[in-house]
Amino acid sequence: MNGVHDLGGMHGFGLVIIEPDEPVFHAEWERRIFALRLAMSGWGRWNLDMARHAREQMPPAEYLTASYYERWLWGLERQLEHHGFLVRADLDRRVREGVDHEPPDAVDPLPGALRRDDVPRLLRNRRAARLDDPVPPQFKAGDVVVTRNMNPVGHTRIPRYVRGRRGVIDRDHGVFIFPDTHAAGLGRKPQHVYSVRFAARELWGPDGHPQDTVYVDLWDDYLDPA
Amino acid sequence: MSGQHRHDHERREGHDHAHEHADEHGGHSTEDPAHPHNAPLSDVQLRVKALESLLTEKGLVDPAALDELIDTYETKVGPRNGARVVAKAWADPEFKRRLLADSTATLAELGYIGRQGEDILVIENTPKVHNLVVCTLCSCYPWPVLGLPPVWYKSAPYRSRAVLDPRGVLREVGVELPDDVEVRVWDSTAELRYMVLPERPPSTEGLTEEQLAGLVTRDAMIGVARVKAPGPSR
Repeated sequence: MNGVHDLGGMHGFGLVIIEPDEPVFHAEWERRIFALRLAMSGWGRWNLDMARHAREQMPPAEYLTASYYERWLWGLERQLEHHGFLVRADLDRRVREGVDHEPPDAVDPLPGALRRDDVPRLLRNRRAARLDDPVPPQFKAGDVVVTRNMNPVGHTRIPRYVRGRRGVIDRDHGVFIFPDTHAAGLGRKPQHVYSVRFAARELWGPDGHPQDTVYVDLWDDYLDPA
Repeated sequence: MSGQHRHDHERREGHDHAHEHADEHGGHSTEDPAHPHNAPLSDVQLRVKALESLLTEKGLVDPAALDELIDTYETKVGPRNGARVVAKAWADPEFKRRLLADSTATLAELGYIGRQGEDILVIENTPKVHNLVVCTLCSCYPWPVLGLPPVWYKSAPYRSRAVLDPRGVLREVGVELPDDVEVRVWDSTAELRYMVLPERPPSTEGLTEEQLAGLVTRDAMIGVARVKAPGPSR
């Protein structure tokens, strides 16, 4: 989708300001939402591409004023409701009524809930974005390609700033899940991902620096031979 | 930077920056930063608390597992991992060769593999090439070697301009590059994650690997800083 999350190439957002000695989290609620989202992903009801797509549906004005973890909360609430874990009206009610500061009486987590001892395994396990499917590559290093001019309403990982541009295959990363179909629950559609090199001048015209290049990871379904 | 710039940035960016610890309460700029701990809970704090209590009561999450996840990224996984890799690559040419040829397998030998780092590419800065990593679409970042991304990396100013004006961004953060250096920007649009191998600073021949690792910053491994040589005046 041509959403506001697709920020590459825009002006007007101000300076990049690096906070010295930045803490990992800036508030307790950031810690909790970070962990809640990871823990709930362990139920396996949605994939990474669906999670990204959920956050991209945040209304643009809200997206730009929300902090990073506010976007996580926004996306997680909707996924939880969509998958029947939670009714958001119950959450609204709990917020209105206030949360007891005492932890709830010990509730045994359901079988399948992420437990403390499962955490190292959850974080260590390689997830299956890379696939072993024997799909032949459409391109090889050195090939000149043109990215497709495409504007799907669903999730996609081809940024607007590289669409319809000429680039060179720098390397073949191998076979991966295709996010456009995977986010929509339409399957993995295994295909090669390449690092595609674009001259800055190809992307930005005379405003690009003649020496500079941008490397973007793109799938076969985003590319045509030049 | 001037105060005026800082003000402009905050106004335009809403509270995406989260620079100040006043963000404890959801980051709304109207909050009084002098009383961060006594103020009533903000909407977002309340909502996250309510969400955790509901999910816990349903048995869907185990609070102890949440604590463990948080502790992992606050105390165990962070840019010290990447710094060790960089120092080892500087000290051991054979390790560096393998690291650049097959980054994922070489990092896995050190245990640096896993979530948001299933496939990592280490890219080398040289006198003629400067690499810069960004995720224009969201916040992709090599967790096993660098930990969780900083706020500026996830912010609109960086994501929008790193691809369009990388030299301007670098200048803003104090890295001036001559015209004959090629800037390579890596936009992390797929499940590959990128880490920069910065240039080893001069006058570091006598240092141990551990001392070298102490010089390497997170920002240098993203590509927005150089590694500085040790010295009281630097």
